[in-house]
Amino acid sequence: MDRKEILKKITEIIRDVFDDDKIDISEETVAADVEGWDSLTHITLIGTIEDEFNIKFAMKDVVNMKNVGEMIDLIIKQTD
Amino acid sequence: METNIFEPPFRNELLTKRKKLRRELLETNRNYIDKHIAILGGSTTHDIKDMLELFLLRQGIRPTFYESEYAQYWQDAMFPNPALDAFAPDIIFIHTTNRNIHRYPELSDTPDMVDKLLDDTFEHFSGMWERLRKKYNAVLIQNNFEYPYWRLQGNRDASDIHGRVNFITRLNLKFAEYARTHDNFYIHDINYLSSDYGLSQWGDPFYWHMYKCVPAQPAIPYFAFSLSNIIKSVYGKNKKAFALDLDNTLWGGIVGDDGAENLQVGQETPIGQAYSEFQSYLKEHKKLGIILNIVSKNEPENAMAGLRRPDMTLTPDDFIMIKANWEPKSQNLIDIAHTLSLTPDSFVFVDDNPAEREIVRRQIPDATVPEIEDKPEYYIKAIDRMGYFEVTTLSNDDASRTEMYRQNAARSRAESSFTDYKAYLQSLEMHAEIRSFVPMYLSRIAQLTNKSNQFNLTTRRYTQADIAAMANNKNYITLYGKLSDKFGDNGVVSIVIGQIQNDCIDIILWLMSCRVLKRDMEFAMMDELMRCAGERSVRTIRGYYYPTAKNAMVKDFYGLLGFTKESEDDAGNSVWSLSVTKDYKNKNEVIRIND
Repeated sequence: MDRKEILKKITEIIRDVFDDDKIDISEETVAADVEGWDSLTHITLIGTIEDEFNIKFAMKDVVNMKNVGEMIDLIIKQTD
Repeated sequence: METNIFEPPFRNELLTKRKKLRRELLETNRNYIDKHIAILGGSTTHDIKDMLELFLLRQGIRPTFYESEYAQYWQDAMFPNPALDAFAPDIIFIHTTNRNIHRYPELSDTPDMVDKLLDDTFEHFSGMWERLRKKYNAVLIQNNFEYPYWRLQGNRDASDIHGRVNFITRLNLKFAEYARTHDNFYIHDINYLSSDYGLSQWGDPFYWHMYKCVPAQPAIPYFAFSLSNIIKSVYGKNKKAFALDLDNTLWGGIVGDDGAENLQVGQETPIGQAYSEFQSYLKEHKKLGIILNIVSKNEPENAMAGLRRPDMTLTPDDFIMIKANWEPKSQNLIDIAHTLSLTPDSFVFVDDNPAEREIVRRQIPDATVPEIEDKPEYYIKAIDRMGYFEVTTLSNDDASRTEMYRQNAARSRAESSFTDYKAYLQSLEMHAEIRSFVPMYLSRIAQLTNKSNQFNLTTRRYTQADIAAMANNKNYITLYGKLSDKFGDNGVVSIVIGQIQNDCIDIILWLMSCRVLKRDMEFAMMDELMRCAGERSVRTIRGYYYPTAKNAMVKDFYGLLGFTKESEDDAGNSVWSLSVTKDYKNKNEVIRIND
């Protein structure tokens, strides 16, 4: 799966969680860009992405994750 | 086939699509009952609240939540809390886990010190329960504790008094004892739930350190589902009966083709054993008051030949109704429901055939049809994990329910031999006990207010605590009616509650169990109500009818009793009145009262 496909999947998940089909996500998107993306919804996003890509993030990865692009890096690292 | 998203095994979508699912459930516009639920948490409770809401909406309960600030469960309970007071909770759920046990025994502690620590830890909780019970008229639900995530001494942690496993086991027993000795207090058994789920996944420290979330988020749907089962049981939403298929459901093989002697059941083969174990599981439900029925596509004599095999755990006597014919199963189920005065949604339909399951789901949208696969060794789990019959209170009536339904069937047969209905009623030699509420029947009375839907004028639901409060308040007239006849005792079957205001009494609740329809018990209740009203110098009795999806049968009940309709609004809510006079003539002529 390439970066574009992963981004598309992540966008779908984020749209589901926020119940809003109009949200646009890029590699530069950070939590503050999306209304309602707080630590509580973050749990659901992380859990769902783990489930979707069949991976498991380490705590240190999640803590240091800056934006969606870095999340994609981590997914690629674990699925390759 | 895709399984129902609201039933285990749960998929991640339940968490991600929660907002959409919630919206869709609320749009169905069914007749929800509204409840205030306070969640006092020892860790993050946000996801628990969201998931609990979905499961409760599915059960017809629309919750409003109060959520304590992060980990403030104890402070919220112990100190003055105007926000919680104003919220007036119906349910208080205390979400604590072993992360909230701050001290465990030290290896150097003497046994006395360990005992003292155990008592102190218990009192931290029981003191809180006592305060909440005194302050709020609410049902309390408290988690017990899951086992710890690690064991310092390994296996010895279970037996040594300093072991955390040992300590938690003892603490859980103390919680259980409190639950046994206090009404309206229920343990949410996360000790069982976490083992069933897998303790390592349940206690995943990632979710604790990152989000202060226990259990781990993927376990939360299971957690909330289990919790919702207690709540729906408290509000009378349990199932009441099984409708069971025979071939490849209760036994292996097709009795019509294979012959009764060739069925797989009994102890000789592994498959036979699995079916026998399933039969035992079903039979145990009779002790909870769950009634068993058969719905099978078979010639009746073949079905009976199978059931009469000597090694069959379930025998014909265990069933109230046996429908073995070639009619659609949905029609048979509706017929059984009608004969037993139950609604089709109180049945759990068990069939190994996916096509039959689908037809019943389609024809009876309210029916409950568990997704059992064609593996008899897993039938028990497929049904058990659903919590259809979650027990919160067990009244004496429950244990004898099968017997009562059997008596009802005998009465139906007796009825058909009379041409004059009154002569039939007289032949029943009925006796009723109609009196003010007494402690012995409070649990049954509360249960009735939560279960009765059809003969129920206002459909108000009460907890046992509410019922006890009204019984002790002189501004209420409370009446329970207990009916017996020559076939047996029906137990407490009718409830009337009136609230006295000046010289008028408002009937806020009038209900009757459908098992005694057309026995003139409602007239006996009316006579007694009139007598009590006279004693209390009341001049007017005012009755109310609030329509629901299920209570159309009592729309004109007050008219039948001679009340005058005063008003009716667009929604069909009507108000009726009747003057209390000395020349009231008793309406009941067939039941002897209080002798």
